Amino acid sequence: MTATDPPTLAVWKFASCDGCQLTLLDCEDELLALAREVRVAHFLEASSQVRPGPYDLSLVEGSITTPADAERIAQVREQSRFLVTIGACATSGGIQALRNFGDVAEFRAAVYASPQYIDTLATSTAISAHVPVDFELRGCPIDKRQLIEVITAFLAGRKPVVPDTSVCSECKRRGLTCVMVADGTPCLGPVTHAGCGALCPAVGRGCYGCFGPVTGANLPALTGQLRACGMTPRAVDLVLSTFNVAAPGFAHDSTEPGGSGPGEERR
Amino acid sequence: MTHRSRQLRVSALARIEGEGALRVVIDGGQVSDVQLQIYEPPRFFEAFLRGRQYTEVTDITSRICGICPVAYQASAWNAIESACGAAVGEPVAALRRLLYCGEWVSSHALHIYLLHAPDFLGYPDVIAMAADHRDLVERGLRLKKAGNAILEAVGGRAIHPVNTRLGGFYRAPAAAELAALAEQLRRALDDALATVAWVAGFDFPDVELDCELLAARDPGRYAIERGQIASAGGLSFPAAAFAEHVTEHQVPYSTALHATLDGRRYLTGPLARYTISSAQLSPVARQAAAAAGLGPACRNPFRSIVVRAVEIVYAIGEALAIIGSYERPGPSFADVPPVAGTGHGVSEAPRGLLYHRYELDAAGRVAAADIVPPTSQNQAAIEADLAAVVSAHLDLGDAELTALCERVIRNYDPCISCAAHFLDLRVERR
Repeated sequence: MTATDPPTLAVWKFASCDGCQLTLLDCEDELLALAREVRVAHFLEASSQVRPGPYDLSLVEGSITTPADAERIAQVREQSRFLVTIGACATSGGIQALRNFGDVAEFRAAVYASPQYIDTLATSTAISAHVPVDFELRGCPIDKRQLIEVITAFLAGRKPVVPDTSVCSECKRRGLTCVMVADGTPCLGPVTHAGCGALCPAVGRGCYGCFGPVTGANLPALTGQLRACGMTPRAVDLVLSTFNVAAPGFAHDSTEPGGSGPGEERR
Repeated sequence: MTHRSRQLRVSALARIEGEGALRVVIDGGQVSDVQLQIYEPPRFFEAFLRGRQYTEVTDITSRICGICPVAYQASAWNAIESACGAAVGEPVAALRRLLYCGEWVSSHALHIYLLHAPDFLGYPDVIAMAADHRDLVERGLRLKKAGNAILEAVGGRAIHPVNTRLGGFYRAPAAAELAALAEQLRRALDDALATVAWVAGFDFPDVELDCELLAARDPGRYAIERGQIASAGGLSFPAAAFAEHVTEHQVPYSTALHATLDGRRYLTGPLARYTISSAQLSPVARQAAAAAGLGPACRNPFRSIVVRAVEIVYAIGEALAIIGSYERPGPSFADVPPVAGTGHGVSEAPRGLLYHRYELDAAGRVAAADIVPPTSQNQAAIEADLAAVVSAHLDLGDAELTALCERVIRNYDPCISCAAHFLDLRVERR
């Protein structure tokens, strides 16, 4: 990169729903300004023009679920000065990591008529399980203000300001009434990483963990509270087994023998 | 040219949602093979939905597609509420329609301005287009933002809405919160009408699809969030009869399963919706369509961009009407107690008919799930269209012909992220 060339941005997709890359295009007020600061060099969803690497900043969406993708992410890493994962799939394996606790051959046969043609790994894994990652942005999907902050921080050469606190801290800052304390509504807010802005408590719903575990989450204390709110052991297992099921911070003991949820496969 | 064997390949299709490739084989002046290859890795939703609680399904299925999560929620709640014999009241149904209008506006604006229009104007992407047409791009972004504003106000989040649930919503917005959208939507309606006039002036190749068209139909209005299923050829059946008419079968040249309607190739999506239900459009949308040169039916896939623009006009008008007569529903959701049984549901995703089926046990656990997204239904029609276009343009060089094929694919706005989880990958066996 010369003094006059803007830094290059690449966006990569692995197993995912496209929602996190869409978040970049959802920055309607910032998109054209951003395009003046960076050169979008590889973003297949948005452009048919692909410039060769290396790239200054790579945003990676999706998890690794095939042998070919395991090789491709290594190539992406080699070509990228900074690599940032965007979203729950790239950061913890996503909801498709439910296969990690099941029988992937049976999953394949259940969905596909000719399962022998489906080339897939037994696990869905985070990008960091394959290559070094410079920053992980949480969320299913990511929050666009946080995405802008990460890109801005990269351009300014500083660390992104993305606090590793719980949803509770955002909920309190919004002045919301605690749904768990006031209404007895089960809520994962105390153990879930902040970033969404406490969207669910704002509509009277308990947090369901889109952003994955906060560092130092006290899961046993929370699961006791969830039980006190009336959740069955199976319900507790299910609510922790969604978009961040493979995140170590949400690992828990499944407690219902003979259940048919993911919990029984986890034992 | 006639004895030359040619192969066209696009290893990674751009400006579509998800990951796909194209392979066309031309042998002795004849198109011998066309494959829209899906290499998007499968995620096995139908497998891991088994054993989940019925109340979780809509949060999970929304994650199939970040572009049309409301569609995946709506077809799921339609199916599950049908299985449980639950009915939601009209105020909740209106809020759901409003939410879905937001998704149509946002998704169609994304496709028209960011993915499709660059083809017609000769740009690789919207950023390059903005250098010469900044006002146009800003108009598209305003429209997209207006759609997202509806999704956020009603759904709590634009991508993977959090406020929706079986039976309705966690919290019904206050009338004042929705009224605050009206000014933005009135400006958006002007932008939408300008969009129709703009895209109507594009240069469209003269092409007509001859396949059957299939869409949801809702008596008295343009089908969006619910409906029966109808074909342009006069078929009409409920969602529960979907599997009696639509079957997946293998074709000799590939391992892919293609959907057929009573044994025939068919298309779902904007052209099908418009052709089947254009009479149900609002007067302002009908006038815009007529001024844009659309008759009561449209079978030219290149003109799908005009139909999408007309549908934005309709969806914004519909949103304004719902907001104008909105009264906050008493309970924001209906109780949906679990019942053992099977339920079927459809809705009109921006890309076409989306079918879901669930089998539940008496405790509300999902025993089986079946999801048929629009792009997998459209695969055979897209490939047939590609074969016809290539056959008609064999005189073009490989680069031009390949570029034309990519345009043909983008006409259908394929959403491979959705479809990949339900399609067989193709393996070339040569």
